[in-house]
Amino acid sequence: MRGAPKDILSGLIFIAFGLAFAAGATSYQIGTPVQMGPGYFPLVTGGLLGVLGAIVVVQGFLAKEAEPVGGIPRRALLLIVGAILVFGVTVKGLGLLPALFVAVFMSAFASERARINVAAVIATGLTALCYLVFVVLLNLRLPLFGPWLRF
Amino acid sequence: MEILGNLELGFATALSPENLIFCFVGVLLGTLVGVLPGIGPTATIAMLLPLTFGFPPVTSLIMLAGIYYGAQYGGSTTAILINLPGESSSAVTAIDGHEMAKRGRAGAALATAALGSFFAGTVGTLVLVLFAPPLAQVALSFGPPEYFSLVVLGLIASIALARGSPTKALGMIVLGLLLGTVGQDIYTGTPRFTFGARELYSGINFVSVAVGVFGVAEILRNLENEPTRSVVVSKVKELMLTRADLRRIVAPVLRGTGLGAVLGVLPGGGHILASFASYSLEKRVSKQPATFGHGAIEGVAGPESANNAAAQTSFIPLLTLGLPAHPVMALMVGAFIIQGITPGPNVVIEEPALFWGLVVSMWIGNLMLVMLNLPLIRIWVKMLTIPYRVLFPAIVAFACIGVYALEQNAFHVYAVAFFGILGYVLVKLGCEPAPLLLGFVLGPLLEEHLRRAMIISRGDPTIFVTRPISAVLLAAAVLALAVAVLPAIRKKREVVFQEEP
Repeated sequence: MRGAPKDILSGLIFIAFGLAFAAGATSYQIGTPVQMGPGYFPLVTGGLLGVLGAIVVVQGFLAKEAEPVGGIPRRALLLIVGAILVFGVTVKGLGLLPALFVAVFMSAFASERARINVAAVIATGLTALCYLVFVVLLNLRLPLFGPWLRF
Repeated sequence: MEILGNLELGFATALSPENLIFCFVGVLLGTLVGVLPGIGPTATIAMLLPLTFGFPPVTSLIMLAGIYYGAQYGGSTTAILINLPGESSSAVTAIDGHEMAKRGRAGAALATAALGSFFAGTVGTLVLVLFAPPLAQVALSFGPPEYFSLVVLGLIASIALARGSPTKALGMIVLGLLLGTVGQDIYTGTPRFTFGARELYSGINFVSVAVGVFGVAEILRNLENEPTRSVVVSKVKELMLTRADLRRIVAPVLRGTGLGAVLGVLPGGGHILASFASYSLEKRVSKQPATFGHGAIEGVAGPESANNAAAQTSFIPLLTLGLPAHPVMALMVGAFIIQGITPGPNVVIEEPALFWGLVVSMWIGNLMLVMLNLPLIRIWVKMLTIPYRVLFPAIVAFACIGVYALEQNAFHVYAVAFFGILGYVLVKLGCEPAPLLLGFVLGPLLEEHLRRAMIISRGDPTIFVTRPISAVLLAAAVLALAVAVLPAIRKKREVVFQEEP
């Protein structure tokens, strides 16, 4: 690809968001400048973002020196985001402590040098630390063990 | 005399045992995240904010503010000892501070940083005391058009000071504004862009946005090249400064403080600019500019004072106008709102105990930091040996708990994952996340004032330029935009930011 891929890609993201919001805004009442409806502001700002995105894309094509985007840490992306989602899915059923343990254990593997026993130690230690800090010290009232673990 | 009475009220509030303890907790945590690279005050404050719901407002704000300025102190410690600035504002300190450390003068550099910061913090607080109340008085006369122009100025100014492409920064602001429109429309109650999710009726939660964009995205960024940290920490001995040192740092500290106090008020990370500006100033006025970069104590004293003075004065726009100067202040806006207080000129008048208590606590916190930092330096150094593979799961854990504690709703946790990915992609493409958060927080204000102003003027947009204060603010915004975009000025700006390391 010619030009600076970072600019072109970010410009395209801006255009996509701008158009999506502007298109969505048309389904609400637009109103007039005096009596702006709920759709007015998002329509205008969405259009503005689309224009800005287009400028960024053009700038990207005109750029002489281009920095490559660089690799994506796929493993980290999958495991960190996965850990957060798993926490969200299980926190109600398992309760705070087990959900936290699972999430931390999972996220620890995002490191290239993770080992299963090290991850277990990290997860245990951090769960204990969080219990101490949030539940004991800060008096956070969340169910520690959830209904899935009650028999 | 009124000031004395107010300060008395401030001391009475700040010195209550509960507030003292949480001020201490705040600066301690702040120093810790300042020392630890890979986690900054923005993500920390975002994660801890939901947990301060139950606190009285003033206690919560005292602690959160402590995290912020504590981080400025902590950042300089790592900058000096291992050439790894924990915070971007201490990047300049690393230049000469680390050179000093390599020459066995780590103690002197740390003492300079701490004393300079304390002096600057004191002056910064004083500036806040003197200038905030009159400014708030002025702001009270602002109507919707003035507020609209003020928010525009705040947003534009944040790009003038941001690094990288101004068009992209502008795009990030507008994207933030759009994300801010999600939720029920204030006038008609129409739910906008909620996709039927009840959780979105009150808008996307800013804690999720901040934790995702500043916490999760940062972890992903760091794991691209997992830091294999082998810490070689210089031995710290002799924390005392010699008489000659003291004489050399007085002027740089004074200049840095002045520069920082002024630049800190500017929106968009004035404290980073302040430390860079102070470094170039010291180099220019020095009789031996060649010593800079080789352990010149002036190169530590000036920038460290500048960034700390700026850290204090950046509270001025927040407390007087309700306008956050940078992402941390944007989170403070959130903290105010959660406590049921609208940040702005009314705070000084309606909540004097809160305003003065917070201001005085900053000075007390600075005092604590000096006492904390120098004697405990060995403990902070120990913290540096915590490997990153332990640190980032801890950030994930804190993020999950903090966000879930918001409303005990997993929806906000999923939002963190979403904004983590979005933030990571955008940062990777060279877009700075700070303008996004500012736009997001200020978006609803901008829209509300725009709509109200247009109702007042019966749809005539010239209202923004015919009202004098509004016109001045907009002119300043245009100027700021010109500074950001014009190539000639731009080049100079790059020079300021890229003062040879």
